[in-house]
Amino acid sequence: MSRLPTVSANMVWAVLGLIAAVVMVVQKLYIALAVFALLILAIAATRRTVRGRAFTDRLKLPVLALLSAFLVGGIVLILSDLEFYSKLSANPLGTLEASFGRVVVAYWELLKGAFGDIPKISTALASGDRNKIGIAFRPMSETLLATTPLILTGLGVAIAFRSGVFNIGAEGQLKIGAVFGAWVGIWIPLPFPFGLILAIAAGVLGGALWAFIPGILKAKTGAHEVITTIMLNAIAQQIMLALLLTPILRPEGSTTPISWPILEASQLPLLLALPKLRVHWGLILALVAAVGTSWLMFRTTRGFEFRAAGLNPRAAGYAGMRAGRTIVLAMTVSGALAGLAGAVEVLGTNRYLSPGISPGYGWDAISIALLGGTRPLGVVIAAFLFGALRAGGQGMALATGVPIDLLGFISALVIMFVAAPRLVRELYRVRISSAAPQTPKVVETPV
Amino acid sequence: MRLQLRGITKQFPGVLANDHVSIQVDRGEILALLGENGAGKTTLMNILSGLYRPDEGEIVVDDQVRVFRDPAEAIAAGIGMVHQHFMLVPVFDVTDSVTLGSEVVRGPLGVLDRTTARARIVELSSKYGLDVDPDARIEDLPVGVRQRVEILKALYRHSDVLVLDEPSAVLTPQETDELFTIIRGLAKAGTAIIFISHKLNEVLEIADRITVLRLGKVVGTVRAKETTSSALAEMMVGRQVQLTVDRKDAERGETVLSIKGLQVRDDRGEIAVRALDLEVHAGEIVAVAGVQGNGQTELVEAITGLRQLDAGAVTVSGQPIPFDPRHVADMGVAHIPEDRLRDGLVRGFTVAENYVLDSYHREPYSSGIRFHPDVVAAAATTAVRDFDIRTPSITTDVGSLSGGNQQKVIVAREFGRAVKLVVASQPTRGLDVGSIEYIHRRIVEQRDAGVAILIVSTELDEVLALGDRIAVMYGGEIVGILPAAEATRERVGLLMGGVR
Repeated sequence: MSRLPTVSANMVWAVLGLIAAVVMVVQKLYIALAVFALLILAIAATRRTVRGRAFTDRLKLPVLALLSAFLVGGIVLILSDLEFYSKLSANPLGTLEASFGRVVVAYWELLKGAFGDIPKISTALASGDRNKIGIAFRPMSETLLATTPLILTGLGVAIAFRSGVFNIGAEGQLKIGAVFGAWVGIWIPLPFPFGLILAIAAGVLGGALWAFIPGILKAKTGAHEVITTIMLNAIAQQIMLALLLTPILRPEGSTTPISWPILEASQLPLLLALPKLRVHWGLILALVAAVGTSWLMFRTTRGFEFRAAGLNPRAAGYAGMRAGRTIVLAMTVSGALAGLAGAVEVLGTNRYLSPGISPGYGWDAISIALLGGTRPLGVVIAAFLFGALRAGGQGMALATGVPIDLLGFISALVIMFVAAPRLVRELYRVRISSAAPQTPKVVETPV
Repeated sequence: MRLQLRGITKQFPGVLANDHVSIQVDRGEILALLGENGAGKTTLMNILSGLYRPDEGEIVVDDQVRVFRDPAEAIAAGIGMVHQHFMLVPVFDVTDSVTLGSEVVRGPLGVLDRTTARARIVELSSKYGLDVDPDARIEDLPVGVRQRVEILKALYRHSDVLVLDEPSAVLTPQETDELFTIIRGLAKAGTAIIFISHKLNEVLEIADRITVLRLGKVVGTVRAKETTSSALAEMMVGRQVQLTVDRKDAERGETVLSIKGLQVRDDRGEIAVRALDLEVHAGEIVAVAGVQGNGQTELVEAITGLRQLDAGAVTVSGQPIPFDPRHVADMGVAHIPEDRLRDGLVRGFTVAENYVLDSYHREPYSSGIRFHPDVVAAAATTAVRDFDIRTPSITTDVGSLSGGNQQKVIVAREFGRAVKLVVASQPTRGLDVGSIEYIHRRIVEQRDAGVAILIVSTELDEVLALGDRIAVMYGGEIVGILPAAEATRERVGLLMGGVR
């Protein structure tokens, strides 16, 4: 039993590193090299303290899962090109090189789409033209814009998982939150910031209410929350659509299912006063929610109950905690965060409500909670990553013609690898101390 | 047939479970493997049965080195296991349970041939005196008979070596005697037996030779005729052991716990405790003996507010107990639950968090909704010192402590406040001798301080060692209460079997 990787694993690493280095030099990605070196230095620095070591150990699984997902994604990208097969027989080496190059370019465009193009940014900054600066930073802004609701829904799902309930209903809770937030934002004229605060509160309430239903059903009747939350997602979607077709939300006589715009005083202000940058104060709200979640889970008696119930509900009951109350509360808080995400989207990003309010933020939340190890900081990082994928995917599709669906495929793979730590362990021959992120047990094992 | 394990070594992360262990058993011989929990007995047997591969060492059957890659290969080599927890399908009948996995079939479609199978089972059971009805359903059978079905399963697969893992844990003394008769019969017919146990007296009674394991190593092998229980105990623990608990006579005070006409149902809605009357006074220990599953669990849960009463009354110092464990704890009732990791501790929580598992919501650990981890840490540090809990730190996951130290965390939590009544269920199950001594001493200290104590245990030795009065439960009822002076193994044993 040694902590060091085996010789064969070292060789694998060396070969991989060599390939990576060659690719980077060829593509003149000196910046990537520098980032790589900084990363290694940062990791080496954390290894000096026990807490730091624990932190980087926790990173092992998600990082390797991510790497594997992109590797497999690249292979699939090559194999899904129909011309690849016919060309392969004619010119095997050249075709392989070309396909490999295609993957590298696709991923490079993905990065550019998510974080921006460094030469472009520097010229824009040098020119001092506000318009140019806005355009150069737009990719980053779009990433943060997508990150915002993902942090909130991810936190909600993570709280539920930690408390022993599978909240699969963030999508529906988000939509109800959006409907509540939109209604208040449209119809209640109050001076800033009271209109905004009231609209946000309404969104939180809507999400909480929508999650309270499966919570109370489970506590009182034992109805499984996976089933009820999924069903409630469908109901939420239909409620939202139905309301968008009535004067409750849209102008009379309108033929499109799009609501009135949100009142100016109830909108979330933009974070930066530069053209093209849509990122708004919702991001700050999301980060505050992450800190708040951390406080709730680790610094309050409720959080203590949530965590105890998530780890061992039976012992929690023996210690006098009320299982039913914990379930209902955890679900409600979880839904409140998803509802907040809905309100933020409607009050900040879109400034009106339409059926496309959520391109699956509630579903990504499950992946984000898992990838982030159901910890608030982890969720923020994972949400940023998923936000980058969403924003960068557009750029990648535009620049290279690689279908954006590849990213759905990659995010699914990430989760598969995170959920199967043993697979990652075997693939890379590393010790991964902690098992898969904590999720509720779906099947109770009879004693 | 001769089975040898030579120099078996097995390393788990952080634990050397087996360190060059060698044992040998011959045809017709009964070898006992004696050791405390964690000594490496189970690991060794899992290697023998093909569940684990040893890091070093070899398994030799009749001078031939064998490698078992999975349990099927071990079974094919003639090694039969009877696990501590039975591996039976409750709704199957005996014939199907025995043949499951090696069914007799005929014809190209593989139709089950139950007639032939049944005939073989009848033949086997009469040959070895294993009295079992081949058509009875498993769930209708008492535990002792189920164990015979497990033995039949092994014989049906032509086992030359039979491994029994703690076989008496679930049996009454009388059932244990019957089991021993069967084991001796099997040995006489040529089967080699490996009998795993931590009970000294049992091992002395049944075994020809005894191999003692401690911390993964063989301490020695002795002939049963040439040793004594205190010599074995010393080998097992590594020092001299006191086998009885030192204590003075009980000074009985007023009634603390009073149970009248109690009826409780189990999870399936069946009556598990019926018409039960019992009183426990301040300053005395009442020990409830009984074979597992005779209503003890439900009785304890009813007293501690975890289970609704069906009928009758339970009072503590005259106050009826509510159906709310937190409220019951507030009345001065301490509860040591029967399964540490299932009921008593939250694995994944630190030692400190587990220490306040039932008091986290009170001052000074929290004020209002705010929880104060630093105050908890300070209190836990004191408790770790006072109760001699061996842990690397108070932020260690409680799941990584040894069983004895886990139990000490619970004892520290429950005894750390003012209590009137202690309800302790299987307080020393699976613990090493040192921890058992410690827990017993703490319990007797509480009694001497005037606390009423109710102990529920399936270990007859524990019941006899601790109880001032001994109540025996059978079929949900108390079938007899004996003062310690009149409670002999035989009398208690008969009552445990339901014979009044």
